[in-house]
Amino acid sequence: MKQDIILSGVGGQGILSIATIIGEAATQAGLTLKQAEVHGMSQRGGDVQSNLRLADGPIASDLITAGTADMILSLEPMEALRYLPYLDKEGWVITSSSPFKNIPNYPADEDWSAALKALPHVVMVDVEALAREHAMPKCANVILLGAAARFLNILTVEQLRGSVARIFAAKGEAVVEMNQRAFDIGHDAALVE
Amino acid sequence: MEKKLLLGDEAIALGAIHAGIRGVYAYPGTPSTEITEYIQRHPLARERGLHSTWCTNEKTAVEAALGVSYAGGRVIACMKHVGLNVAADAFVNSAITGVNGGMIVIVADDPSMHSSQNEQDSRFYGKFSLMPVLEPSTQQEAYDMMEYGFELSEREKLPVLMRIVMRLAHSRAAVTVKDSASDVQALPCAKDPASWVLLPANSRRKYAALVEQQPRLEELAAKAPYTRYEPSDKKKPMGILACGIGYNYVEEVKEAKSCFNVLKITQYPLPVSLVRQLAEDSNGILVVEDGQPFAEELVKGMLSADYPVKGRLTGDLPRTGELTPDSVATAMGHQPVRFFEMPKEVVSRPPALCQGCGHRDVYTALNEVVKDYPNARVFADIGCYTLGALPPFRAIDTCLDMGASITMAKGAADAGVFPAIAVIGDSTFTHSGMTGLLDAVNDKAQITVIISDNLTTAMTGGQDSAGTNKFEAICLGLGVEPEHVRVVVPLPKNMEEITRILREEIEYKGVSVVIPRRECIQTLNRKLKQKRAEKKS
Repeated sequence: MKQDIILSGVGGQGILSIATIIGEAATQAGLTLKQAEVHGMSQRGGDVQSNLRLADGPIASDLITAGTADMILSLEPMEALRYLPYLDKEGWVITSSSPFKNIPNYPADEDWSAALKALPHVVMVDVEALAREHAMPKCANVILLGAAARFLNILTVEQLRGSVARIFAAKGEAVVEMNQRAFDIGHDAALVE
Repeated sequence: MEKKLLLGDEAIALGAIHAGIRGVYAYPGTPSTEITEYIQRHPLARERGLHSTWCTNEKTAVEAALGVSYAGGRVIACMKHVGLNVAADAFVNSAITGVNGGMIVIVADDPSMHSSQNEQDSRFYGKFSLMPVLEPSTQQEAYDMMEYGFELSEREKLPVLMRIVMRLAHSRAAVTVKDSASDVQALPCAKDPASWVLLPANSRRKYAALVEQQPRLEELAAKAPYTRYEPSDKKKPMGILACGIGYNYVEEVKEAKSCFNVLKITQYPLPVSLVRQLAEDSNGILVVEDGQPFAEELVKGMLSADYPVKGRLTGDLPRTGELTPDSVATAMGHQPVRFFEMPKEVVSRPPALCQGCGHRDVYTALNEVVKDYPNARVFADIGCYTLGALPPFRAIDTCLDMGASITMAKGAADAGVFPAIAVIGDSTFTHSGMTGLLDAVNDKAQITVIISDNLTTAMTGGQDSAGTNKFEAICLGLGVEPEHVRVVVPLPKNMEEITRILREEIEYKGVSVVIPRRECIQTLNRKLKQKRAEKKS
């Protein structure tokens, strides 16, 4: 069994924190993982992505082959579309529906949303609005992880929720509680979708 | 033994600590920076007092590392590929002096130029210097090769080059590591001027010995623990010679094991015996290597002219850019299937200077002033501020290498360009700008140098900058007139003052230096966050 995930977003949005939580859960579950990250120049507000590969056996390549990704998990809708050539025909796109418009030629809202809605397996969650509504502005990425949780077949929702607690443990009980709540909010939002 | 989730860079760092290094000498550069940062954070490194502060540039790093080796300690020097150009004088000659304590120079190449201005392949430097080269394919090998590399270095009395690529440096995987560091006894300090004083008479003898050593180095590469030949059961199938991380992409193709003879290369000089064996067992060879067609050219030279060798030179793999599982699978005849295309609405999203960054205010002021000088040229340098080339600023005309802003501006001024303005960051200035400024002062060149000082090496993530608090003194020491060293605070509210000072200094008929100084917004925010966290606890 394997799960190849492309995490995408804009530099500074926190895709690496999502990768860290999934990675920790995978390690706890005894899975193998490889995670290619982007450091350096592109982190300054440019498009960023990380290839996260999980399997119950050895993994050769650090990068995912075109047409084989089981999931694109994106903190930004246009960035989700950028990696579609990597998506398996049965793969899922789980994405934030709040665009991050730091470029003058950002596509029209109806264009990117039509492109996403045309996909066979897609979940769009307005994680930024949910984060604002629940007064947890820094938790948009954990809300998105919650939304993706039940589509990550290689890990259970509970394993991921446990990892959220362990990753934030050093920051105190209140932070753990808020992030777990963010995770649950995302999880429930994806059920409605 | 325990398992740790490590970046390739971190695996190297931990491997080096566990192999008993006395220190790391490095200048930050993507994708190599995390090696030194990991050592700086590691408790064992602190406990043992390992050297890990940043060096002024890659050349001082390699020279200091060689000094540690001379004194008998194990040591690593780390840099990005273009950093090796800066260190080349020391690096190439260290193969002639040889080493005492084990020394590994780790160089991280950046195929596809994710954060670099070229994609030069450091293996050429290894061959050029006649040094053994290691090229790990996985994070585990990167860790294991440190101990092995030091033993190789000490046995052969040579520095060893470890070449990695960005994709290994910045990819995380579980690595099985030792529980503690080896207790390596430092060797006695060298005392052998005939080896270490590179007068021609000594150099000729040492160089001849180095050349004579090559067949043994090649034999060692053929027997290297991570190099292996995996013949398939098929009779005369296609052969693949896969170097370093290229092997992973080959392995990713399900049919690789059964349909191809695969020779995995992790050490150089490229062993001719293994290449000939592969050629004999196969009906052709596909060379899979990340970077430039280094092995491909060598393989062609080792075989008869009509033997089919495929790779980047033949177009079976792309001539430029990093390898991908897609390009390798395609070259192996298993082109991946794509089910979705990228919609045409998707546009590129280039990186930009952060909101609130002082470089922004510098470029706003500079653009305002330069409007009045239609022939002005702005020579910039390597760092975050290179992003000033992009909209909305479009403020710079050149960027070549570390330090070239000042020297190119000087040359252009010599040739009549006015105003010739240099823009250089604080860390880049101490790395390679100071010598050029001395040239300009000695020639009384009419240039204005803007040292945009954000008190850190920002582009690579906020490492200490060698010249912090010393810039005025350095400029005065190099002979810039005191009244033409001007310091400003780059903030929108100071725009009038900054533009006035820039105009004055551009009009000065000599070398002037303007230092806009304000802390990097990233490091500032990090510090404020840390303070808040401390207050809470």
